[in-house]
Amino acid sequence: MGRYILYRLLSAVPVVLGITVIVFFIMSLIPGDPATAILGAYASPENVARLNADLGLDKPMVQRYFIWLGNMLTGDFGRSFSLNRPVLDEILERFSATLILAGVSLLICAVLGIVAGVVSAARQYGLADKAITLAVLVGISIPSFFLGMLLILIFAVQLRWLPVSGMYEVYGGRTLVDLLRHIILPATALAAVATGVVARLSRGAMLEVLRQDYIRTARAKGVSETGVIWRHALRAAMVSIIPVLGIQAGFVLSGAVYIEVVFQWPGVGRMLVDAILKRDLLLVQGGVTFVAACYVLFNIIVDVAQSLIDPRIKA
Amino acid sequence: MRPQRLTRRAVLLSSATALIVAATGLRAPVLAQTPPGVLILGQVAEPKTLDPQAATAANDFRISVNVFDGLVRFRDGTLEVEPALAHSYDISGDGKTYTFHLREGIKFHDGSDFNAEAVKFTFERMLKKDHPYADTGPFPLAFFFSSVASVEAPDALTAVFTLTEPYAPFLANLATPTGYIVSPAAVAQHGADFGRNPSGTGPFKFAEWRANEMVAIEKNPDYWDGAPASEAIVFRPITDANTRTAEMLAGGLDIMVEVPPVTLSQFRNDQYTIVEAAGAHLWFLILNCKDGAFADKRVRQAANYAVNKEALVNNVLEGTATVAAGPTPAAFNWAVNPDVTPYPYDPEKARALLAEAGTPNPKITFFVTEGGSGMLDPVAMGTAIQADLAAVGFDVTIQTYEWNTFLDQVNPGLSGKADMAEMAWMTNDPDTLPYLALRAEAFPDKGGFNSGYYANPEVDELLNRARVSTDQAERAELYKKMQVIVHDDAPWLFVANWKQNAVATAAVKGLVLQPSFLLTLKNVSKA
Repeated sequence: MGRYILYRLLSAVPVVLGITVIVFFIMSLIPGDPATAILGAYASPENVARLNADLGLDKPMVQRYFIWLGNMLTGDFGRSFSLNRPVLDEILERFSATLILAGVSLLICAVLGIVAGVVSAARQYGLADKAITLAVLVGISIPSFFLGMLLILIFAVQLRWLPVSGMYEVYGGRTLVDLLRHIILPATALAAVATGVVARLSRGAMLEVLRQDYIRTARAKGVSETGVIWRHALRAAMVSIIPVLGIQAGFVLSGAVYIEVVFQWPGVGRMLVDAILKRDLLLVQGGVTFVAACYVLFNIIVDVAQSLIDPRIKA
Repeated sequence: MRPQRLTRRAVLLSSATALIVAATGLRAPVLAQTPPGVLILGQVAEPKTLDPQAATAANDFRISVNVFDGLVRFRDGTLEVEPALAHSYDISGDGKTYTFHLREGIKFHDGSDFNAEAVKFTFERMLKKDHPYADTGPFPLAFFFSSVASVEAPDALTAVFTLTEPYAPFLANLATPTGYIVSPAAVAQHGADFGRNPSGTGPFKFAEWRANEMVAIEKNPDYWDGAPASEAIVFRPITDANTRTAEMLAGGLDIMVEVPPVTLSQFRNDQYTIVEAAGAHLWFLILNCKDGAFADKRVRQAANYAVNKEALVNNVLEGTATVAAGPTPAAFNWAVNPDVTPYPYDPEKARALLAEAGTPNPKITFFVTEGGSGMLDPVAMGTAIQADLAAVGFDVTIQTYEWNTFLDQVNPGLSGKADMAEMAWMTNDPDTLPYLALRAEAFPDKGGFNSGYYANPEVDELLNRARVSTDQAERAELYKKMQVIVHDDAPWLFVANWKQNAVATAAVKGLVLQPSFLLTLKNVSKA
């Protein structure tokens, strides 16, 4: 097991290095530079050249790449032009907000998705199955940012049950209840599509497992139907459900970009959108590298989890 | 039968969970009661820095204008300069020496004294590369003061600026955030983090900055010009315009700035007040006077006649702008020529001018941007203009660019690329825009912004004379003459002057917007 994990971690290194190369050169090659973004209408060639020099962007591209990579390996991600603070401070703060949002969404999506899928499969073609299938179809079809606005309009503006935006109240907030009140709407909007996908796949996986001989054997032995479904069938089906959850984790993280903009959630997705528009090179490069590295790590964790459940996968 | 029970149980369980979740939402009391006297203001983005010399965005200026003061400021409701931290000033006959007499007994929020040394420190930090705190920058707008040769402090209450050449916009520039005076002690203490720990002399003191959540400033009871009306102001960044509107409607904000035109109607009732102010802003099209169809003045005039500006400001911009008459926005009330009126919407005249020029169907490439500072609704405006021009015979092809790419295309000059490009400027002196964008000496290859290569020696002469004059009446005359010529030469298609807007709840009193786009909140309070 240890060797397998080590092997997976080592093989992730070239992937992350490749990402740094891609993000650095894409950001350097897209038109428009930080000085132009900062100066706006005042961006004359002369002013741009002076400001770029002040920002240390007058060195050759390859040299800048290695300076950046070298600094990053020592934990120095540089200073953001557009926020005037260390990139790493910003990323860590923002990433924790995104993780909270994505984590709650993933929890909603895993619990609701699997329960819906199992119920659907157990009652194939029954009323519950049909209702769930319809709900799933709706969930998958509505774009998450639109669902987000709809939720805001209904629950925040009309009913005033929940806050519109942000993570905490400006005054007197910062408690767990305050966080929960703020997270319900964005997490729901973010989880909708993923829940649908997980429900569909869980249903399929369960149906397949329920047709297996050992399920019939278990029933024949007199195992209760609850036991058959939740203990025997679900455990076997989890082997195909867990990788889907892994993929949904990535999906939820990328979907967080829209949701964070709509709900003004102080997460890393919104940070990246702003940073790209402002051509904040170091913040984009550091942010993308960080998120990509985490994504690679997620995949490794999912694979390891899967190998724990299904010993055949172990390398 | 067992599966059925299971299903029911699952359904029951999930509905119970949903109920609990909903109940938490319902039953949680309104935890966050905003303390009395505190205003919550929703603005567009997380600020970059509250260091007035390092900031470049209106978003940052909205906060720093309330924390800092300049030696001079714009008189309420105008773009005319009046004394502020200096109680008076003298200008030498040659227009090169400005002597400021400072108010006595003013302290920075950190307790240190405001004096001439602080003035000297502020400008030398920004302008001298070898200044010990030059590394607290960069200072992108330092070129506002590039004509400053030296700043001296002969005594604690006298600051003397020597310019390399007479430069009339100098006073107006001192009234903008780039000229605000910072506390040398605070810069020394915080270094590069001064922008997150600002200290000035303004009506509010910086209190707290929670990244991506809010910036709070609180009352400075000892303010030299009278204590402010509110206890504190909280600036919340809400990037998405729909979310900002929803937050205002849900009661989470007291004031909201930059209300999207399409949502203004939601606030036209007793619960809200809408405030507007025409600003020193011009939205125009740069016409390529060097090559292509627009090299002919008659074709440029035809384009000005062909576009229905009234329809643009009323329909596309929903009344959030007024029709621009010429190169100088009406907000510069002292420098604007009342005889220069907008080109009327006259398609017949446009067709006649095109026929006269011998090009009834000129082919035009039109650069449009997707968005950008002061650009209002550039795509919708671009397509409406395209339709108006097509109606009189122009054959217009639009090319759309993201803002930074757009600037990269337009600022180096339109030659060989396009005949026409959208542009917008917000300025604080009638000198700035024409001087940087209409003189032959301001062609892009000379470091200016004259991307359409307009050249008229008479205009150059007028602008050069206005810049070195220190007599406002004389400057006004020169600008008025310039406007007549530029209006007739039509190097631009003059479209709109933006009216900045904001919405406040009915409880908010005293909110006024300024033509300078600076949001002074000293006299704003909540009942």
